Amino acid sequence: MTAIRTEDLTYVYSPGTPFEKTAVDHINMEIEQGEFVGVIGHTGSGKSTLIQHFNGLLRPTSGKIFINGTDLWAQGTNLREYRFKVGLVFQYPEYQLFEETVYKDIAFGPSNMGLPPEEIQKRVIEAAQFVGLKPHHMQKSPFELSGGQKRRVAIAGVLAMRPDILILDEPAAGLDPKGREMILGQIKDYHRQQKNTVLLVSHSMEDIARYAHKVLVLNRGKVAMYDDVAAVFSRAKEIEAMGLSAPQVTRIFMRLREKGFPVSESVYTMAYAKQELLTMLGKGGERDA
Amino acid sequence: MLKDITIGQYFPGDSFIHRLDPRMKIVLTFAYIVMLFMASNPLGLGIGILFLVFAYGISKIPPRMILKSLKPVVPIILFTSALNMLFIDGDNLLFQWGIITITLQGITTAIVMSVRIICLIAGTSLMTYTTSPIALTDGIERLCSPLKRFKLPVHELAMMMTIALRFIPTLIEETDKIMSAQKARGADLESGGLMQRAKALIPILIPLFVSAFRRADELALAMECRCYRGGEGRTRMKQLKIVPRDIYCAVFVGLCLAGVVCINLFAPEILPMR
Repeated sequence: MTAIRTEDLTYVYSPGTPFEKTAVDHINMEIEQGEFVGVIGHTGSGKSTLIQHFNGLLRPTSGKIFINGTDLWAQGTNLREYRFKVGLVFQYPEYQLFEETVYKDIAFGPSNMGLPPEEIQKRVIEAAQFVGLKPHHMQKSPFELSGGQKRRVAIAGVLAMRPDILILDEPAAGLDPKGREMILGQIKDYHRQQKNTVLLVSHSMEDIARYAHKVLVLNRGKVAMYDDVAAVFSRAKEIEAMGLSAPQVTRIFMRLREKGFPVSESVYTMAYAKQELLTMLGKGGERDA
Repeated sequence: MLKDITIGQYFPGDSFIHRLDPRMKIVLTFAYIVMLFMASNPLGLGIGILFLVFAYGISKIPPRMILKSLKPVVPIILFTSALNMLFIDGDNLLFQWGIITITLQGITTAIVMSVRIICLIAGTSLMTYTTSPIALTDGIERLCSPLKRFKLPVHELAMMMTIALRFIPTLIEETDKIMSAQKARGADLESGGLMQRAKALIPILIPLFVSAFRRADELALAMECRCYRGGEGRTRMKQLKIVPRDIYCAVFVGLCLAGVVCINLFAPEILPMR
């Protein structure tokens, strides 16, 4: 089933003023139910604008968006209902925290859904566990927590709504490597368990290569590539021409190929790299690598 | 959306008006306001309108922007017009129904007042459209500098204003972002009664205040790191200078003002007014 589909989606900021800018330009794409899609693009390539269309926060200047087959902006569509189906975690989501306690903040989404108290409690505890918050955090004020913990509270606030489609805009931005790995790993686990659709916006090719199945590359508001991770990263030259850099391993392997080593050009994770090197060394051990 | 707020919104350009000295623009805007209120009859106001049309013409600000700046004052205009129409007596009765009487004098006064308010807003908006907020506060600071003699901290006030203006777009953007984030969690900002709506603002106001304080703190630190210590002995990178075009402009406004005075003296009564 198609989770998200767009038809000539276009969005123009401040139309008719000197600040006019087409952020999203005739985008046509489809994301299947259950996929983990990485979204990459240069700063200002329209990533953030695009994802804000998926839960109806932005109304397209022209074109259409379908979520689970329903046109979001058709007459009679209850947008609010779709905001619960499409959970959106913004960039630096820790700045949206406002409640007195962590518990209440995570419960904000579910209580807006009008769920019964027991259900809310269940979801809050579950979401908090997912992001690795300890029970003793729950009664603290969110403002007492560290940056990384605040971020987790904010992500839990969206997870607690149990969205069919989870969209995260740079969830690991500004975190230390350990926090980064933890948050992304938890999202991956969540995806594995819930079998929902996940869109991960990131600058980091390494992260996308590691966690996503498919990659959507945006360039100047248009879809530059949309394919499997391997297929996209095998076009590393094009990616670099867009001002993005392919993952480090990919670049190393490209160099190796240029030097005449028999390795694949679509190596994008460490595990794959190791395997490639081992096969190469096993087969053609006559050269030093 | 929130981004449509225009107060203090600069409309970048490179026209004659954009390049005028901000001090001159401020003084001339005041002169224009004086002119509008001196003009006691339609002919004088006509000069005011023509002046405005001419100024907007050379500033290349799209007329749409004028309408945008007028939108918030529409209720005031309607209210004063209604009051003027209903409460001004005169001998030229046009309409009577119970205690409601409408006279020719009332209608002309209402029209004159509305035109005056419209010109006033459009005129001052022209200044803010063509002057960047920074240039504007710079101009205000320089114009107020004589007040330093009376121990008024002119520089500090101007700096505060600059910072406040600088933060308006940032905070609007921030508000927009927080609103989107809360809406994404299903916050309902558009429906419900007054109390419910006020309550719905809490999830937006708290994060907004927290971030405003954080930003203020960071800015203060950054300023201190660069040894900011008030206005004393501070020099500026952009010196304001009065050039011939500023003089021409002042002469032109002076002539318009003189024209309005002459009309007042020699043609006081064209339409019956109170």
